[in-house]
Amino acid sequence: METVIILHLLLGFMIIGSIITIEIKNMLSAVIAVGAVGFIVSMAFLFLGAPDIAITQVIVEILSLIILIRATINVDNEAIEKKEEHVLSNRTTLIFVGVILVFAWFAFHSLRPFGEPLMRISNFYLIHGLAEVGATNFVTSVILDFRAYDTFGEAMVLFVSISGAFVILRRWKREQHKDFLRIDKEH
Amino acid sequence: MKKNKQSGMTFIVKTITNLIIGFMMVFGAYIVLYGHITPGGGFPGGVMIALAYILITLAYGRKVVESMVSGIAGSIADDFGALVILILGFIGLLIGGTFLFNFLPKGTPFSLFSAGNIILYNLAITVKVGMSLYIVFLALAILQRVVTEDETQEVRK
Amino acid sequence: MTLYFLDFVLLIIGLYALVVKRHIVKKILGVAIMEYAVNLFLILLGFRKAGIAPIFTKDMDINTFIHTAVDPLPQALVLTSIVIGLGTLALMVAMAIRLYERYGTFDMEEINRLRG
Repeated sequence: METVIILHLLLGFMIIGSIITIEIKNMLSAVIAVGAVGFIVSMAFLFLGAPDIAITQVIVEILSLIILIRATINVDNEAIEKKEEHVLSNRTTLIFVGVILVFAWFAFHSLRPFGEPLMRISNFYLIHGLAEVGATNFVTSVILDFRAYDTFGEAMVLFVSISGAFVILRRWKREQHKDFLRIDKEH
Repeated sequence: MKKNKQSGMTFIVKTITNLIIGFMMVFGAYIVLYGHITPGGGFPGGVMIALAYILITLAYGRKVVESMVSGIAGSIADDFGALVILILGFIGLLIGGTFLFNFLPKGTPFSLFSAGNIILYNLAITVKVGMSLYIVFLALAILQRVVTEDETQEVRK
Repeated sequence: MTLYFLDFVLLIIGLYALVVKRHIVKKILGVAIMEYAVNLFLILLGFRKAGIAPIFTKDMDINTFIHTAVDPLPQALVLTSIVIGLGTLALMVAMAIRLYERYGTFDMEEINRLRG
């Protein structure tokens, strides 16, 4: 299958890109590299038959690149590289990572073979989708009619996280505090 | 001789922004409105409209975009979008018996007004997601900082 | 099967960046890489060989569409997950900016030492 070979190639590029992201010293280059990984993920979504997700991934990737560059643009752009050799980054880590990967290899063999999904619930959505909802985009009919609670929860989570970001970035104007300090110094 | 400090970016960026901003808004509206026929929907459309406003902010500076959509108006529109989703859910509860029930007529497939109230949900989600991402960009990148005596003295614009 | 395994390697790389690195923005990039790996894993679970996207067009027969369409349920979950990932990324970057303004550095060890 050609799609499978292309997916192997794309995943190889993603692994190379993420290794470049975490090992490079300049922070601006690291942010650009994680943007490249995001675009390769969007290409993989297109080859896997999910155009809805590919559009969303590209647009969200651009916005997260803008937000991440804001964090690195005004400060000195060098990553802290001195004295990073503490207990987690030597042979013990590599042995543990190797053990985890071996167990993961055996665990993934208990899943179904790649390309044969078990569609017990999705058969219901595909058969009854056109008659009950009337939308020809079945992903939209799943997220906004059959499972509208999840979308409602997602809108609320987005609301809370953006409000949290706003509260963290609020600046206080301490005029009264300054007057208080001035009176204190006079005494 | 006074140096005339221009806000925003260079002339090339402003020209390209003028040419491309209408296309971005129309494409975002297309992704939202036809979300139940072609791939798309409320979430990528909302982010696309936020990106259009962010492009105007980056190219022209803060004052031009605050005369169009200020920070306060964006925050109010964000709350308005979340309220519309809640109200539609409660209307569904009154009519159909379950929360978020689909109560408008189904129509014929492939037309714009098919699939019940999915299009109303898409519009509400677009307003909510677009405005909240725009105001978080304003808060991260543009807002000024007021100095105090005991914090680090740093004025940022 | 090797596709699942390569995706798991991507997750481990993201986890390594989150745990070992000292710079806060590198940790945030590790979280972003972990999110890509998890979303890709969900879509890989729902793939059908020689399948088509779950969008119904005018020249399709409904029976062949049901038997060759890709699973639409993981796509609905991943759509939610991508947008929530953007919200949490904005929150993390806001916290990193506040920490820099308060302590003057991005280094986590230095911040731990300065907090006392």
